[in-house]
This record gives sequence, C-alpha cells and structure tokens, in this order.
Amino acid sequence: MPSIPGSEAYSSDKEKSMAELFKVENLKTQFHTEGGVVKAVDGISYHIDEREIIGLVGESGCGKSVSQLSVMQLISTPGEIVGGEVIFEGQDLLKYKTHGPEMRSVRGAKIAMIFQEPMTSLNPVLTINQQLTEMLELHLGMSKKVARERAIELLGMVGIPSAHNRIDDYPHQFSGGMRQRVMIAMALSCSPKILIADEPTTALDVTTQAQLLELMKDMVERFKASLVIVTHNLGVVARYAQRIYIMYAGRIVEEGTTKDIFGKPRHPYTIGLLKCIPRLDEEEGRKLVPIKGLPPNLINMPPTCAFLPRCSYKIKKCSREPWPPLKNLHDQHYVSCYANTQERDK
Amino acid sequence: MVKKHTSDIGFSEAPVCVSEWRRFRRVFFERKLVTFGLVVLVLMVIAAAFAPLLAPYDPYDLGDAGESLLQPGGEHLLGTDLLGRDTLSRLIYGARTALMVGFISVFISGFIGVPLGIIAGYFGGVINMVIMRAMDALMCFPMLLLALLLAAVLREYDVISGIWVVIIALSIAIIPGYARVTHGVTLSIKENEYIMAQRAMGSSNMRVMFRHILPNAFPPLIVLVTMQLGALILAEAGLSFLGIGIDPPGAAWGAMVWDGYRYLANNPALWLAPGIAIALVVFAFNMVGDGLRDALDPRLRGLL
Repeated sequence: MPSIPGSEAYSSDKEKSMAELFKVENLKTQFHTEGGVVKAVDGISYHIDEREIIGLVGESGCGKSVSQLSVMQLISTPGEIVGGEVIFEGQDLLKYKTHGPEMRSVRGAKIAMIFQEPMTSLNPVLTINQQLTEMLELHLGMSKKVARERAIELLGMVGIPSAHNRIDDYPHQFSGGMRQRVMIAMALSCSPKILIADEPTTALDVTTQAQLLELMKDMVERFKASLVIVTHNLGVVARYAQRIYIMYAGRIVEEGTTKDIFGKPRHPYTIGLLKCIPRLDEEEGRKLVPIKGLPPNLINMPPTCAFLPRCSYKIKKCSREPWPPLKNLHDQHYVSCYANTQERDK
Repeated sequence: MVKKHTSDIGFSEAPVCVSEWRRFRRVFFERKLVTFGLVVLVLMVIAAAFAPLLAPYDPYDLGDAGESLLQPGGEHLLGTDLLGRDTLSRLIYGARTALMVGFISVFISGFIGVPLGIIAGYFGGVINMVIMRAMDALMCFPMLLLALLLAAVLREYDVISGIWVVIIALSIAIIPGYARVTHGVTLSIKENEYIMAQRAMGSSNMRVMFRHILPNAFPPLIVLVTMQLGALILAEAGLSFLGIGIDPPGAAWGAMVWDGYRYLANNPALWLAPGIAIALVVFAFNMVGDGLRDALDPRLRGLL
C-alpha cells in the first residue's frame, strides 16, 4: 500500500522551506458582456511559498474569486483569461487545455478548492462515501475498498464523529459546518500542494467559522500544503495568514506580511478597511469609519487609480497619472499609491 | 434511507430526519385517483405478464363455426369477433402489445434524448444550437403524424416489420420531449456550486454530466416517462386503428377498436372493451404521473 501523506504522526517542525511553489504573473481575466468588457482581474501577480498561508482580501466584486477560478481554469463563457502566466511546478497552467487531461490532473490532485456555500457544494443525490471516494479513485487509482477506508480516516481527521457510520449518509443529513468539514476532507483527500479556500466561512456562524479556520490551518500543516484564504473579512486572515494581498477593482493594491498590513497599512483602501472594523487593542469610543462611496463599475474604467473617487488621501498627481504601479517599500511590503499616506496621518 | 444512530440511552447523534420515502408515500397516496391509477397499472402489468395463464382462450383460435360475433355473456365473457376469437383473451394479450410498445419506446427515446439534452444544456453555444434546433424541428410535427410518416417510410423500405415499426417510429417522435426536459433541468443544475466543485476536483465533463447532473435530473424525467407512457399507448392504439402496427393476427387494442367499429350498434362490446381499456390505462398513467410529480416536487419537501 502506498504511503499516504497526512497519516503519519503530526510533524511539529515549524521550520518552513521558503521555496516558491506557485507564481501568478500579470493574470488578466475579462468578461465580455453586453454592456462592454468587464476587466474582472486586471493584471495581478502574486506568489505562494511552500507551506505558506496567504490571504487575498477585497470587497465583493473586486475579482478575488475570479482570479482563483482563473488559476484553476474554471472560467466559462462569457469570461475569458486574456493574459498572464500561472507557474506551478515549472509549468504554465494556462498553456494547458481547459478540459484537457493535464489540467484535470492538476485540479483536485495538486490544487484543490473549497467553495463558499457548504450547503450547495455537495451533490445532494450522492452519499458522502460516493463523493469522497470518487476523487481517490480518480486521482490516486485506489480500489473501492481502500478508498472507503481512506475516506473514513479523512472524515475522522476533520472531526466528524463516528465517521464510519456517517460515511453512507447523504449531504442533507449534515449541518452546514459539518458539510464544510466534509468539503475540507474532500479537498485534501489527494494531498494537494495548494488549497484554495474561497470565502470558506462566509456562510457559517461565527463560532463555527473559528473552528473551521483552525481546522483548515491544522490540516494544511499536516498535509504540508499551502493555503490561500480568499475573504472579504480582514479579521479572518489576521490570525492565520503570513502574507496578505489586498485587492481592489481587479488589481492588487497592497501586499505585505500580516504584520505590515495591520501595523503599517499604506494604501488608502487598506487604511479604510482597517478603520471600519473594530479592534480589541484600541482605545474605547473610537468611531468606526466606513469607506465612502461604492466600488467602481468595472466596465469602462478610467485609466487613473480606481480608488481615486473614494480616496481621502488623493494628491494632484493621482488624477493625472495612470494607475500607480506596485512599488516596494521594504522587504515584502508593496503598495500601489502615489500619495504618501504615512506622512499625512502624522 | 435514513439510518438512526441511536445509542443505548436512546440519545440520537444525528437529528432524526423525516425519511424522504415516507414523505413521498404520504403525498403520493394522498389522492385516491392516484392510488386507483396505480392499481389499474399493476393489474395491467400482471395481465400482460401472465397472459397465457389468465386468458380463457387462445387469442388466435378462430373457434368453431357459429361462434363468430357472439354477444357478451355465456362461455365467452366479452363475446367474440368476426373470426370467432375470444375478445377477453385478445384484450389481455393486447395489454402485452401496449406495454411493450410503451416501455421499449420510452427506453429507446430516453436513451437518445436524455444524453442529447444534457450535452446541449451543459456545453451550450453551438452544440446547444444544433441539437436543440434539430429537436425543435422534430417537435414541429404532431407526434402521431410524424410517427405515421416514419412508420410508412420504415415499412416501405422493409427495414423492420410488425410491431417494431411502431416502436421505432414512436421512439423517434418522442425524443424531443426528453431532450427538452433534460436540457432545461441541466441548465439549472449546472449552475449549482457542487458542479463547480466537481470540476475543481478534476472531474471530466463526461463524469460531471453523467454522474453528477443526470441523477439530479431524474425526478422530472420519471414524471415525463410516466406521462409519456400513457401518450404512447394512445398513439400506438391510434396507429393500429389506422392499420399500421402489429401484424394480424396479433392482438392490439387499437386494431380491435377498428374491427369492432363496423359493428358499432349491434355488437358494442367489440369496440367498447378495448376502447375502455385504452381510456382506463391512459387515465391511470396520467394519474400516476400527476401523483409522482406532486410527490417529487421539491417545493413540497419538508411538508409532512
């Protein structure tokens, strides 16, 4: 029997090799609608190191989910990936055919994805066993019996009590949190290198959210995988992510370590996001400040910075020059802004 | 089925779910006419299956002289036809023909129409256009007329004979029904997140279509099959009334009505018996179809 990753004892070594595992370069995805071309993802670049947890944060419609679906080549018409590279294990995934066998052997087996809505992410007419073993048989070529054993083991790992009894149940017999646990088990069943969690806890209540995030963190450590947490909730990533990318209107506007983003945010949008969430470590009585205005319509975007209409730090240069490129501040901290927000706040 | 995980102290781990099957039965048998329809169908299937045992006479036996056109009653419960054959026996054997045509046609057309519908709905675009416009074109013709035409062509070129002409003709005529229904439900099912999740797990299009979409499309298809069985039996009767279909001396209800039609007034049992049989069976299929539709309706889920 082949050795199955994740089965061995919990490895406690915290040392992480910082080898780069996955790199996205200048990815562009557009939707061709009747109203015009929607540049949902407009040239984003990011990378994931081995066994790293990164956060991808932005409000609804900023292109964070679309960017992740593009990486998996799961964009369907009218959407189209118009440019960029997705380098994984030395190969450009975008060169693979969308439905070709190479891409299929990456999906699920090398890069797995968990979706937002646990209530609808499982097929209602198939049992948990049928859905879990399908992946194992497909990608790892296990026999039905071995796959079932492994599925039970996986369910146990994600904290489903009496997994051997529950495995033949149907999804409707599980609660939302339990279903998300099943989804995690399913996503990790083929021990992928990267787990993409697309708003994994948005549809769940707060207590379950915390449990699931903790579980996800434990599981990716156990499986030695990297985790991408896509969310609109900075609080979710604060605790788990090592690095954070902030997205706005299809672009990355700021990236940095979690410490940088929370301690020294530099982009006006990041500052705005942090101002509108309450924090435990601040003086009492601070008013929460929402960001003025609405996110821009992604059709016919002006060439200038998309955040300009909502920005309270804008300078003259902002309305003259095109969207500022990401500039390096120090180490891994990058920001795309002309204004020196740090100075203004002093 | 729901498994209950009950420990010794009677504490159940999982919330006790109302069994889908129990809810289904409850809604299904609520209406008396649906139950009646089911009983009629069960009786018909039994009659067809055990025809040689149940029929009092050989349906092809011409009988002795003077036994033709007997009125109902006496030795021949429903009388005899012009050739002296027992009407009741022919009626029982006719059930065989009707069911055979119905079920085989439904199977053949489902086998072709359902994949066509799933493929069209799943891929969309040009594939969808080609398949669905072809189905629309087929649908333009009234079913009976199309079947008649196909039957005539099949006969003319001697491809197949007898009852198979009717089966093939009707199968082709009802393919659009399956394609359309499957196409429609596929369009809505494929938008579900679990389909996206399946693709994200590396399932091929074939696997997504036939393992994940198809089972979800079953409820409306089951209803369609039941409703179409009624329509098919009616169409088969229509075709054999028009003289296309089973070769003599085989027994078919439509042909029996045609035979009896010449004795409209003096021997009504001849056409009334098969006529009533057709009406009853079509009615029964429609009722059962209605009942299934209500019982499988997801909007009624959770209702006890």
